[in-house]
Amino acid sequence: MTPTSTNPTSTTRITGTAETSTTGTSTSRTSTPRKRNERSRPASLGLHAALAVAAVVAVFPPLWLLVTSFKPKNDAFSTSIVTHFTLANYTHVLADTEFLTWFKNSVIVVGLTTVLGVFIAATTGYAVSRFRFPGMRPLMWLLLITQMFPVAVLIVPLYNLLASLGLLNQPAGLVITYLTIAVPFCAWMMKGYFDTIPVEIDESGRVDGLNPFGTFWRLVLPLARPGLAVTGFYTFVTAWAEVAYASAFMTGEENLTLAGGLQTFVNQYTNDWGSMTAAAVIIAVPAALVFAFAQRHLVAGLTAGTTKG
Amino acid sequence: MVAPVVLVIGVIIGYPLVRGVFLSLTDANEANVERNIGVNHLPATYKFTGLDNYRAVLSDSVFWDRLGWTVLWTVGCVSLTFLIGLALANMLNRTLRGRTFYRLALILPWAIPAFISVFTWRMLYNEKSGILNKLLAGGGIDAVPWLNDPTWAKLSVIAVNVWLGVPFMLVALLGGLQSIPGELYEAAEMDGAGPWQRFRNITVPGLRAVSSTVILLSTIWTFNMFPVIFLLTRGGPGDATEILVTYAYRLSFIDSPRNFSESAAWGVLILVLLSVVAVVYRRALRKQGEVW
Repeated sequence: MTPTSTNPTSTTRITGTAETSTTGTSTSRTSTPRKRNERSRPASLGLHAALAVAAVVAVFPPLWLLVTSFKPKNDAFSTSIVTHFTLANYTHVLADTEFLTWFKNSVIVVGLTTVLGVFIAATTGYAVSRFRFPGMRPLMWLLLITQMFPVAVLIVPLYNLLASLGLLNQPAGLVITYLTIAVPFCAWMMKGYFDTIPVEIDESGRVDGLNPFGTFWRLVLPLARPGLAVTGFYTFVTAWAEVAYASAFMTGEENLTLAGGLQTFVNQYTNDWGSMTAAAVIIAVPAALVFAFAQRHLVAGLTAGTTKG
Repeated sequence: MVAPVVLVIGVIIGYPLVRGVFLSLTDANEANVERNIGVNHLPATYKFTGLDNYRAVLSDSVFWDRLGWTVLWTVGCVSLTFLIGLALANMLNRTLRGRTFYRLALILPWAIPAFISVFTWRMLYNEKSGILNKLLAGGGIDAVPWLNDPTWAKLSVIAVNVWLGVPFMLVALLGGLQSIPGELYEAAEMDGAGPWQRFRNITVPGLRAVSSTVILLSTIWTFNMFPVIFLLTRGGPGDATEILVTYAYRLSFIDSPRNFSESAAWGVLILVLLSVVAVVYRRALRKQGEVW
């Protein structure tokens, strides 16, 4: 909506300033006659060089992590590429540490959070998209504002609340916590998706004798599948990578999730970089794969959620 | 349909929020909150103290020091991330060989959970034997105390956060660039507009909707960015890299005795600050005719 409203003004501005600029461009144009959109050789080289440098900077740390994980423990900091290829770090992490327990804990917490989060976000988004009710605007505002809730506002009350319910060190406690992070944003994103589904579909459902929840469940939800995928993915990633709550609420080796567990390999007292790198690779690979499938839709979802409203 | 939704939202967000504000008005700490020791249940004994916490926090230089660094951190990270993202998006938006490869490589940091990346960077930054210092040594440069010197530590955490944040900016801005119709550029070129003029008069206005959203989002995220600082430096050396959020966390979960009420007061202050930023930002956008 916005680009169309601003573009006319900008084009007129360009035509207005056109005369002054002709000298600048014509020199480069006359010296090497070439087609439009074709770059000079130095420009092309520069472009590739800049992108290559950026790509190396982006890729190097994860690549180095991968390389290090295949090195024997004592070589963790050697600058060479793997000289003695070994899977010892992986077998050590899987067999001799609590890694699999942490992995299981994370999977339980993240799985429950994702399923519940998507369900709550979808119903909320639908309600906000279709019904006009008193307090709706404040509710939307609340959903938006929760995005800026710093960990610090909620963590203490949640900690005390979970303590009094006996839910510290329980997966359920973390699930509740993660819902407070994921649901508001996902509800906002889902509203954006539901807004794109014509209301006539709801009406036809009602005519056919479905109750509101039936309409939602049988007609609208299947149409919103891309939105559900994005919210599900967002929730998964948020919960999989969360550190603050996981560090505060889960103590004792057998209760940790991956974020907490990884911290035990490298802290003030121990420096087991070999195990850290192997564990990190095992954690990163599934997340990266899921990400690869969803990344195209992710930005659309993120920005749609904030621009429509 | 609406009632359960409002109820759920109210319970999972409203309750902790109200409770947090309430705690910030008390003198609750580890020793006087409700708790269970073995089979004994001890009731809460903290009392209501009104605005004392806020008075204490605001009159203490620690808060203002942390606020100064947090603002610097946020502005530094967001502006660098945005500029780098914008530059790369513009480069990727041209026809060039290997575009898909560059795109995938540049997005990679986003695909990896942040805490993994942060640990990786801690490995790279290792002062004695990390690869960065080894490379510098190869070039005959002295080892840099990446995380052990206040100034270097600040630069290091910003670098990592920028590294983490660029992919999102890049993808969002690339999407924005692709939605600008190519005819505009053609028309401008016909009229003789140079590259810089085309950028200023077509690209920048065309990106305004996307960039205003991503800048606000990334400001909020950076302001509250917990894992980078917590996992990279634990706020150290000293408290050089401690931002407001990590400091509030330290008050209630690392320092002993745990000071719940003061931590809650910090939390509420952070929330107020962010709300003010968001409202001012929104108003500024409205003045420019943005519908947001």
